[in-house]
Amino acid sequence: MTTLTTRPASRWERFRDSFLLYSFKRDLIAQLSLLVFILLVAAAVLAPWLAPMNPYDLAQIDILASELPPFWVDGSDPTYLMGTDAQGRDLLSTILYGARVSLIIGFGAVALQATLGICFGLLAGYLGGRVDAFLMRLADIQLSFSTLMVAIVVGALFKAIFGGGTFSDYAVPLLVLIIGLAEWPQYARTVRASVLAEKGKEYVDAARVMGLPSRRIMFRHILPNTLSPIFVISTVQVANAIISEAALSFLGLGMPETQPSLGSLIKSGFDYLQSGSWWITLIPGLVLVVLVLVINLLGDWLRDVLNPRLYKG
Amino acid sequence: MSLLDVNHLDVRFALRGGDVRALRDVCFSLDRGERLGIVGESGAGKSVAAFSLLNLIAKPGYIAGGSIRFDGQELTTLSDRALRKVRGHRMSMIFQDPMMTLNPVLTIGEQMVECLKAHRRISTREARGISLNKLQQVQIPSPEARLDQYPHELSGGMRQRVIIAIALLLDPDIIIADEPTTALDVTIQAEIMALLLELCEKHNVGLILITHDLGVVSQVTQRMLVMYAGRVIEQGPTREIINDPQHPYTQGLINALPQMATPGSRLNQIPGSMPSLSNLPSGCAFHPRCSFVERADGSRRQACHDQVPEFVTSGNCQAACHMVAEMIESERIPAEEQD
Repeated sequence: MTTLTTRPASRWERFRDSFLLYSFKRDLIAQLSLLVFILLVAAAVLAPWLAPMNPYDLAQIDILASELPPFWVDGSDPTYLMGTDAQGRDLLSTILYGARVSLIIGFGAVALQATLGICFGLLAGYLGGRVDAFLMRLADIQLSFSTLMVAIVVGALFKAIFGGGTFSDYAVPLLVLIIGLAEWPQYARTVRASVLAEKGKEYVDAARVMGLPSRRIMFRHILPNTLSPIFVISTVQVANAIISEAALSFLGLGMPETQPSLGSLIKSGFDYLQSGSWWITLIPGLVLVVLVLVINLLGDWLRDVLNPRLYKG
Repeated sequence: MSLLDVNHLDVRFALRGGDVRALRDVCFSLDRGERLGIVGESGAGKSVAAFSLLNLIAKPGYIAGGSIRFDGQELTTLSDRALRKVRGHRMSMIFQDPMMTLNPVLTIGEQMVECLKAHRRISTREARGISLNKLQQVQIPSPEARLDQYPHELSGGMRQRVIIAIALLLDPDIIIADEPTTALDVTIQAEIMALLLELCEKHNVGLILITHDLGVVSQVTQRMLVMYAGRVIEQGPTREIINDPQHPYTQGLINALPQMATPGSRLNQIPGSMPSLSNLPSGCAFHPRCSFVERADGSRRQACHDQVPEFVTSGNCQAACHMVAEMIESERIPAEEQD
């Protein structure tokens, strides 16, 4: 036998040679989506440095400058590039801060969903029997309530018990909790299905024969083998969570107007739509649409890459 | 007392239509460093026997009776935690398909280190050292590089070597090899079997080899069991069974080897196929396929239809067969002529 002089490939080399990168380089839509997504996220994260003013700082707000149109419309003020809202906040700054809130809630909620869903899905799939039956019925019950209904009830209860002031202070974690709890069954079901498929494979038997504890087999052996569907639904779920948050805010159950998210901005502008101030609703609405669209396009691309049936078939 | 003593092991699968008995009354023992072969058709219960040794039969299977004593410990009643200490550590297992046995998303090194760390309190560096040493023992080319490779980067033969290295990792007393070479091509099969044999001899490891390849059994093992429909029907020293099989089923198996057929003629075969375990024929499970149910003088042996045969000792072997029992009985009468 010839002696092999192969050096194990470093992580970077593996990534460079991977199918993931190869297909990314050939997919213009995926590249554009990622570019737009990174720009939006960067703009949102860097909002305190990028934004011309701080919409949370009441001292900077000039009520006399309210409802100014964006720069390309007559009667605009060049200080306010995208115009101002009804309270005289600079719309560009508010959108940047708002996108930040939307993204935090979107990713936070998905992190919570994924944690809960993966744990429950693994347990249900691996242990089977009664644990499985119990967790999956729980998931069914959870799915039979719509996210919005759960959010409305919890939000309304919280407001009633602790008052609107406390609600505004805890709005972000509360929304993460509500959206996270409402959607975990999506993950649990996907993970459980993959675990059932993986559980019958010999490497799981081999791990049990080695005497590894169940917890290790579940998390270290089975979980990594079920990651591709998890990645794919994660992208869809981030988009869904951002939409849910926007919907809740639009209904007045989400972020308060003092800390606007994209959804509450759309809502605050909605009242002025009839009086001709279309930009307060339209511009944040466009940002929301673009953000959700690029996440969904990335998710589509990822699904095509990670689903072997689609590209090998 | 032997290292491993299996007595009257009874394994059942609780199915909707009632219990199916996958193993009935299986008895065998294994001494330290001894090599035992288990042969039989697919579905005879060989793999179930292997899994039940580690108490790892998947639901709805369960051990319904009998005992498995390993080094003084009763395995059938041991707690899960205590069993985990036996699995991998004292008894390890090699599976049929090396493509499936390794986890595709972990490197060889990670899998070996993990196995070591599950049983010993050692650092990752030490564990990697031991792993490297074992990979060298299984004569894999450039073992250092293998540690950081993923299973898909290795060929089938190399993977089976890695699996043997993992089985040897904690210096077990017994290795159970469930058809370790069926998925490999013929030249690699011989290499892997030779390696396994050499390592077992060197480290004085007991081997339970499950296979349907009588050639491999005769080369590697010292004693063998022949299983049919969940029962052991013949056991004894491998050489004696291969040279002079007592049970008609074993005779049929050996006759079915291509080497036994006259060139140009059809291969010999045992008529019929193995009965379903849920619907076993009465008496001896083999009797519908057996050509010795009728005696030489044309009379039918009723016991084959009615009674489950007990083991009878013939030389160093034991066989569960009414015909053999009758022959032994008749040999006691001095008037009978010997072939």
